[in-house]
Amino acid sequence: MPAIRRVLIANRGEIALRIIRTCHKLGLETVLVVSEADRDALPARRADRVVCIGPAPASHSYLRAETIMQAALSTGADAIHPGYGFLSERTQLAMLCEENQVSFIGPTAAQILAVGDKLRARQQAVGTEVPVVPGGAVVTLEDAEALFEHLGAPVLIKAVGGGGGRGMKLVESLDALPGALKMASAEAGAAFGDARVYMERYVARGRHVEVQVLGDGEGRVVHLGERDCSVQRRYQKLVEETPAPGIDAGLRARICAAGQRFAEGLNYRGAGTVEFLLDVERNAFYFLEMNARIQVEHPVTEMVTGVDLVAEQIAIAAGEGLRIGASQAQPSGHAIECRINAEDPANDFMPSPGLIAHAEWPQLQGVRVDTWVESGSRVSPYYDSLIGKIIVHSPTRAAAVTRMREALAATKIEGVRTNIDFQAAVMGSPDFQAGGVDTHWLGGLIAQRLQENTHG
Amino acid sequence: MSLTARDVAEILRVLEESSFDTLDLDMDGVQLRLRRSGAPPARESVPTPALAPRAGESPAKSARSAAPAHTAAHAGVAPEPGAVAVPAPLLGIYYRAPKPGEPPFVEAGDKVQADTIIGIIEVMKLMNTVRAGVAGQIVSISAPNGELVEYGQAILWVRPD
Repeated sequence: MPAIRRVLIANRGEIALRIIRTCHKLGLETVLVVSEADRDALPARRADRVVCIGPAPASHSYLRAETIMQAALSTGADAIHPGYGFLSERTQLAMLCEENQVSFIGPTAAQILAVGDKLRARQQAVGTEVPVVPGGAVVTLEDAEALFEHLGAPVLIKAVGGGGGRGMKLVESLDALPGALKMASAEAGAAFGDARVYMERYVARGRHVEVQVLGDGEGRVVHLGERDCSVQRRYQKLVEETPAPGIDAGLRARICAAGQRFAEGLNYRGAGTVEFLLDVERNAFYFLEMNARIQVEHPVTEMVTGVDLVAEQIAIAAGEGLRIGASQAQPSGHAIECRINAEDPANDFMPSPGLIAHAEWPQLQGVRVDTWVESGSRVSPYYDSLIGKIIVHSPTRAAAVTRMREALAATKIEGVRTNIDFQAAVMGSPDFQAGGVDTHWLGGLIAQRLQENTHG
Repeated sequence: MSLTARDVAEILRVLEESSFDTLDLDMDGVQLRLRRSGAPPARESVPTPALAPRAGESPAKSARSAAPAHTAAHAGVAPEPGAVAVPAPLLGIYYRAPKPGEPPFVEAGDKVQADTIIGIIEVMKLMNTVRAGVAGQIVSISAPNGELVEYGQAILWVRPD
């Protein structure tokens, strides 16, 4: 692999700006591709060169791999960073990079394919002695019924082609199975172009714990600890933290080792995340899936380890291999991230696009803000509603929660509705403060708030 | 089961990310019809396999015309008052002629119709013909031959009829 001098960033929003920041710190030039809607946004003003690739809809801009590849070749970029979402976990851009001798700052196309197929990833987990939730593929209704009987109710039907809750169905009785199977398959087909589904035993009380890994592509992998992302609404993460609260050292070491082993088995290249479901009742954990990209919540890991994950991604893509050892990745203190979205919690979290009349982010010690939003920014209805991330780092979890409450109180966004007050309520709740909530907890909190508002 | 505003928003997003232009949903007595309209389809040009568009090809059969001519905010400064930009309908490498060494499709001073081919934009070896999208006389050609044009960048300027 040749040295990397000029990086094209095939993304937008806060992650584009975050990648630009590290590139400039490393002395690399940046080329940012933008849609028409993002021409004047903050990332476009920070990049060394900006190229407009199409109109606002992502299908006509950020999802056009050929156009982005042409932009990279024509601007002399020697590497492409895909960020998260968009083309980051589709093989198309990675493959085009491989064909055109441009470094893809991420895994190989074959690795994206291997982990993108959830059934294949499950088999890979089994093969590397990483525990999985009991279950398996279902093709015919007879298969499904037999497996249902074997696993026992309730079960989850999931899409082979992707995650994020799409195509996922909870089935509590045999009668409901045929309908749920059909619906899951149709949803999966629509969302991922792959109608295949599989079935797993449903774990009632689970926490979402994931392991950050870095691999050199030649079998060497280090893990940088875990993150707890159990505060979710409909499979969308809202708060992430590290270390996972209330987990003993032995269990933590086993989870992290399992994540590392899984990535080693793939000869994984770059930054990735191995997700696990922690079964609270049984104190056991199961492999969920691997995300072959930088994650939205990566900053909490950076805060406690001091490692710049984007810089490591670039170093690996440039053929420098792993520059950090396991001992350097020892975490210190506690970090929490709150995602700030332009959405209305009082109205079923409806997206709230529009003009940001005024934006004020916290400037406090131990607080990091990753955002693309300033006064005058426009939140486009074409993209996700994430406007920023507030990340805090403190010696203890309790201190981190306090600092986050201060940071949220110091954040002022006017012009669009946001979830800032909602996040403050999460931080203020005794359950969250006790630590270790499961993935259903937030749904309960939302229902409770709704009821209070109705009666108040 | 009813369809909430949130569901519709989600469906819109799915359609947005798909390659489909229309979606008809019929469930539990609710009918939802979504059509993609507005800017993108009209602006898109269709890839043509051959480098040069075949002579005598009817406009209806070949690539759709480029954007309806308008002075896009980012097209640049008009060379004369009233001139309209023909913006690049996609990012790629702009070629003025069907093949190297051949005469350009159009020159400054030429009269063009909406379906007149004004050049080719190459995206990863795929050749896309670009049409004027407006009738008038070419004032100037602003995109250099063989170089990158961005989406929306002015290829040339036309004094409309």
